[in-house]
Amino acid sequence: MSAENTTRVYISRDSSALSMGAEKVASALKQGLNGQNVTIIRNGSRALYWLEPMIEVETPAGRVAYGPVKAKDVAGLIEQGLLEGNQDHPLCLGLTEEIPYLKKQQRLTFARAGIIDPVSLDDYRATEGYKGLEKALQMSAQAIVDEVKESGLRGRGGAAFPTGIKWQTVLGAEAEQKYIVCNADEGDSGTFADRLQMEADPFGLIEGMTIAGLAVGATQGYIYLREEYPHAHEILDEAIAIAEKNGYLGDNILQSGKAFHLEVRLGAKAYICGEETALLESLEGKRGMVRPKPPIPALVGLFGQPTVVNNVISLSSVSIILAKGADYYKDFGMGRSRGTMPFQLAGNLKYAGLVETAFGVTLKELLYDFGGGSLTGRPLRAVQAGGPLGTYLPESQWDVAMDYEEMAALGAVLGHGGVVAFDDTVDMSEQARFSMDFCVVESCGKCTPCRIGSTRGVEVIDKIRANQDRDNNIELLEQLCETMVDGSLCAMGGMTPFPVQSALKHFSEDFAK
Amino acid sequence: MNNSQARNQDIVVSAIAAHIEKHKNRPGPLLPILHDIQNDLGYIPDEAISEIASQLSLSRAEVHGVVSFYHHFSTKPRGRHIVEVCCAESCQAVGGRNLEKYAKEKLGLDWYQTTRDGEITLEPVYCLGNCACSPSVRVGKEMLGRVDNESFDELIDELTTVPLDIAPLEGR
Repeated sequence: MSAENTTRVYISRDSSALSMGAEKVASALKQGLNGQNVTIIRNGSRALYWLEPMIEVETPAGRVAYGPVKAKDVAGLIEQGLLEGNQDHPLCLGLTEEIPYLKKQQRLTFARAGIIDPVSLDDYRATEGYKGLEKALQMSAQAIVDEVKESGLRGRGGAAFPTGIKWQTVLGAEAEQKYIVCNADEGDSGTFADRLQMEADPFGLIEGMTIAGLAVGATQGYIYLREEYPHAHEILDEAIAIAEKNGYLGDNILQSGKAFHLEVRLGAKAYICGEETALLESLEGKRGMVRPKPPIPALVGLFGQPTVVNNVISLSSVSIILAKGADYYKDFGMGRSRGTMPFQLAGNLKYAGLVETAFGVTLKELLYDFGGGSLTGRPLRAVQAGGPLGTYLPESQWDVAMDYEEMAALGAVLGHGGVVAFDDTVDMSEQARFSMDFCVVESCGKCTPCRIGSTRGVEVIDKIRANQDRDNNIELLEQLCETMVDGSLCAMGGMTPFPVQSALKHFSEDFAK
Repeated sequence: MNNSQARNQDIVVSAIAAHIEKHKNRPGPLLPILHDIQNDLGYIPDEAISEIASQLSLSRAEVHGVVSFYHHFSTKPRGRHIVEVCCAESCQAVGGRNLEKYAKEKLGLDWYQTTRDGEITLEPVYCLGNCACSPSVRVGKEMLGRVDNESFDELIDELTTVPLDIAPLEGR
């Protein structure tokens, strides 16, 4: 840690911040502040992405933010008192914590995002990090599982299965070796919460996985990370090495006599590997083909052993649940959707970014109160929620409260929390075609409805778009969708029809041009 | 390492052997081996497939099956830079389809093709997790957000501009 009298300046190393030029801004800062008593910290992102690259300066009143900053702005910012947190510069955003987009959120899982240096164990511990693990080490395995059950946490990857119940099954299984696998194959378009978490707070995930290991008696963990996330890979590897060096991972965690080892394994661009059984096949070094269930991975998982497969956010939430208690977590949310959900605003929105809030916020609030409406300034027309297998929602459905049950009642899914907005220039028949085409490209090929159905789906949508025998072809498409939904082995083929059916139902005019 | 060097048979064979050796005793070694070989040589050569098969006690068909399953692995040499354009929904919502078209026109390539000078291979990618800053393009570890035709041009210029190697005058 730096000396106390130095000024701390933050600029993100998050992928999206880098994609908007954060590295250039960081070098300009370094150059401009050369010789001054300043520590530049490369933090994660607050995920107010329209403001990236964002510079924050620590002041007695709190952090003051500036953004979006270009490299050429840096000299002027320094001249106008950046280091004192002077708020006169047009790029000044005031105190970061007071930015309404952030202030309105309830950040639990993402409490540290953009605040700490992601690879500083000191920063992590100073913000209640590893409190959950310390508690877990004093508890019995069953007590840890009970705490997670009590919290009501449901899998944040998309399937929303109760995490505690999954853990109970693995705890109850007899085996020489059990595994904890983190599904970090975040393939849904419109989602980036896992990436943000791994890049902003990797110890949160590492701690959660370690707790999971203690809870079910697993000594080996794998983070199955998608190849598309090279920065997350680098940060995770750094953090794992630091955790090992400091006794938080290894043969004797914090002198407890208990072991947990952790390793990152890279995927190789296959959307299907986000499906848990395909992921396990891939980890074993095979084609990512879906396994029929049963047996469930909790009993017969990685290398045939009992395995917990959980998403990044689920596992990271476990650290919070153990640190703060199940009751604290459960108090957020509504009905059977407890805790908070990180919604990811993407596509054609003015203020795209991450909104972590209790379940129950309406889609309209996300789109307008947070998202600020369309980026292009045109009216919004369609929203795809829950990734490429999620339905398209027309404006008449935007009052829906975002929780698992309310969405299900509309025939929609919350999935991993992605919200992709489209303006009125969208052609929904083209989007429907894309959904089928994506399934052609990404189907593992194991079952016929998915493998062949998707190809036929593209063909029949092409005929409809070309106005060939339209009525019969629309009927055929509807039948094909039903077959895929009912007959596919996993969600890939089983849900690909959702966006297609919803486009047909709510935007039929786009199929009749 | 560029591909002409990589084709040097001895180097290729010993590189493959080293990557296999490094991982072969780990559980589930195949993907880590393939990643290392591709990172090193730019693609997965035929001889790697036979060698991996024999070392891991798999059939060549099994190894080939894995290589061909994943979009990331290539069995052909590719360009010095792999330019990946995101084709998923979030990017589509803000002009991604136009960018796809423009990238193909600009480079005169279809997906997975390489420019004749061996500089650039164009590939589609389904989501880079940069959806708050769509449309996105990736080149190696570098990602670009809010890409339009103009910034795509700049990117290609940067990638294809090689700094001249001029010896200092005093040394002549």
